[in-house]
Amino acid sequence: MAVQEELIKSIVYFSHLGPDELTSVQRFVFEKTVERGGIILFEGEPAEVLYFVISGVVKIYKTSTDGKEQILHLIRAGESFNDVPVFNGGANLATAEAMGPVVLYGIKKTALATILKDCPQVSLNILRVLSEKMTRLVMLVEDLSFRHVTGRVARILLEYTGDGGAQRPRLTQQEMAAMAGTVREVIGRALKSLEKDGSVRIERHRIIITDKQSLQETAGLAG
Amino acid sequence: MSTDGDRIVMVEMPGIDPEKCNGCGLCVDVCRCHAVVMVGNRVTIINTKLCGWCALCEMVCPTDAIRCAYEIVVEERSGKK
Repeated sequence: MAVQEELIKSIVYFSHLGPDELTSVQRFVFEKTVERGGIILFEGEPAEVLYFVISGVVKIYKTSTDGKEQILHLIRAGESFNDVPVFNGGANLATAEAMGPVVLYGIKKTALATILKDCPQVSLNILRVLSEKMTRLVMLVEDLSFRHVTGRVARILLEYTGDGGAQRPRLTQQEMAAMAGTVREVIGRALKSLEKDGSVRIERHRIIITDKQSLQETAGLAG
Repeated sequence: MSTDGDRIVMVEMPGIDPEKCNGCGLCVDVCRCHAVVMVGNRVTIINTKLCGWCALCEMVCPTDAIRCAYEIVVEERSGKK
């Protein structure tokens, strides 16, 4: 499908542009479709293209040498990814995967200088986007580095333990994140950590506390 | 609901709040087990037995309309290692 000006306008990078500027940008934009599970970018490869999600959701993640995955961000319609390495000339910082069928607009790194020269407003928009991304990443680093999220998740599990009936509310990962004062991306990691040390076992929609004493110790409640 | 021999087994499923759901279909796109489908403009859970509770549908929902909630229970022999 041809690149549409209306869709370009929906991208934060290109908000508040006049008709002439949008036409100028449109010349450099190409469309790409990716099926569910398709890898759009591999971490470590040279960064050549700045992408924008038009429809669908893209998962940005890093993988450790032992296969652990840490989601950094979910990119939704109107948002961009791969900005930083494209601007600083480095390699892709993370892997990008389509969570479902996605439609992307892309701009090659080589075209960006022309766009920035023709449309100064884009530079201001980029500053705003990158500032927001940096704020989010700093929060994630803080959570992963300094906070004892696993301990807080352990405490929540103990507090919300039920007998299988309807007495206690059931919790989603998003709700656990809100209660622990962290982001959802960190909760999955905390639950896996508790499962690995034998405190809990996760069976589909059920978190089974298999070693209450160990969980209490992790929560700082053992006495 | 599914059958196990002669028994009928209720299978816990993700919850959908129809008032919050905007029918965008992202949940359908990411569901790997084809448990979530669009029926008209409404997201519906079918194929309940195959849902593995990956919670991807909940993760991508832009309006928080889907809940993949966990119940938390203690194993009977808990605390005895």
